[in-house]
Amino acid sequence: MATSRDDFVIAIRSAFLKKGNQQRFSLIGLIFFSVGLLILSKINLPFTNYLKITLNEIVYRTSFIVSVPEKKILDLSNKIQDHYNVYNDYVLVKEKIKTLESKKYETQFLEVENKRLKKTINEYIFKSDELVAKVLIDKNSPFLKSVIVNKGSKDKVKLGMAVLDGSYLVGKIVEVNYSTSRALLVSDLNSKIPVGIEPGNIQSILSGTGKQNGKIEYLETDILIKDKSIVYTSGSGGLFKSGIPVGIYHIETEKEYEVVHFFSKLSQLTFVKLVSFEEGSN
Amino acid sequence: MSSKFKNTIGKTFLLYLPLLLLFISVFNEFDFNYLNYKYFSFNFPFILIFYWSLKRIETLGYGFIFIAGMFNDAVLGFPIGISSLTYLIICGFAAYLRNITLRPSLTKDWLYFLFTISFANSINYFLLVLFFSIEINYYEILGNIIFTFLLYYIFAHIFDIYRKILLRIKI
Repeated sequence: MATSRDDFVIAIRSAFLKKGNQQRFSLIGLIFFSVGLLILSKINLPFTNYLKITLNEIVYRTSFIVSVPEKKILDLSNKIQDHYNVYNDYVLVKEKIKTLESKKYETQFLEVENKRLKKTINEYIFKSDELVAKVLIDKNSPFLKSVIVNKGSKDKVKLGMAVLDGSYLVGKIVEVNYSTSRALLVSDLNSKIPVGIEPGNIQSILSGTGKQNGKIEYLETDILIKDKSIVYTSGSGGLFKSGIPVGIYHIETEKEYEVVHFFSKLSQLTFVKLVSFEEGSN
Repeated sequence: MSSKFKNTIGKTFLLYLPLLLLFISVFNEFDFNYLNYKYFSFNFPFILIFYWSLKRIETLGYGFIFIAGMFNDAVLGFPIGISSLTYLIICGFAAYLRNITLRPSLTKDWLYFLFTISFANSINYFLLVLFFSIEINYYEILGNIIFTFLLYYIFAHIFDIYRKILLRIKI
């Protein structure tokens, strides 16, 4: 019994304490160092923040370069696929243009009317600063949905800025480095955005599911949302302005569950707009 | 002179290919951990680190594994040090198995690998959820563990062949 315990201790000691051939560090030393780093990043000391920013800058750029061959291959495969689908897309686009043209004039009228009415009731009109950023890394992790963009504090990117794909909301800035930033996508489990659902002006929170869609949370049970309702930002909390389209609410009757399908395809982002909103004068 | 030089470069490349693969898989935007299928993903660095720590640790080296973990954290946006810790735990388990094994067997290694990655992922999950309050889908991790475990067997065979080549050319 005692011998087997001795063997166990010897094996453990040899595994963790001994430096092997050509090894500069012992395993236990490095484990302690990792734990130390974790504790320091939890405490959020300036030293760890600098270390993190420097590491991020190096890693994001290197990762972008390392990903170039694979991106080229993916681009090529997408191009081939696009060529196959060209006729079907053409028919679809033609139909969409017809519908959009009819709606365009209606929207223009509504915009002008909306501005006029906002002035009447003294509501804030938002001014926005826009930056166009390139997506450097799109690490579509099952654990964390985020993208790295090539604009950072030197371009006046701030924490909490809205990230738009066209006019659709896709995320917000959660980490700013000197020349790069990380945007947490709306599909991430940790993303919570105050939204309004139309028709009905239902106020709620849109949460990511970790997949390519979202779900509506914190809704009173007696409120019913209609299928194919549109989800916009509500502007609550003052981070985003109200009315940025996010997605469409969909009820799957067979599976008895509801999801929000985002307007933007989050795995295909190449360029995004970083927007900060400020309350302007009327 | 020239052929000797080429020979040396070739040998060095072959020797450090697993290390290169490790860094590519942590740096690269696309890796096997993030395939877009529901619940199907597997952690290639786990397989690589466990196998080479078990069979030939000089190829990877603890220092490089630690750095690879830090890079992985930066790419994924996790707190710095968490992947390093997970990778080093795997190294520790592999080193222990190496020390107690007299007659190596792939099946035993395989089952032990399941225990190792379950433990390492549990530590990872515990730290992320409880210590850093990051929400993570538990089922995704479970799927990841199962597929990583299943695919270890295939990769171990491939790495065995590669290791035999290294031994044949006396690296």
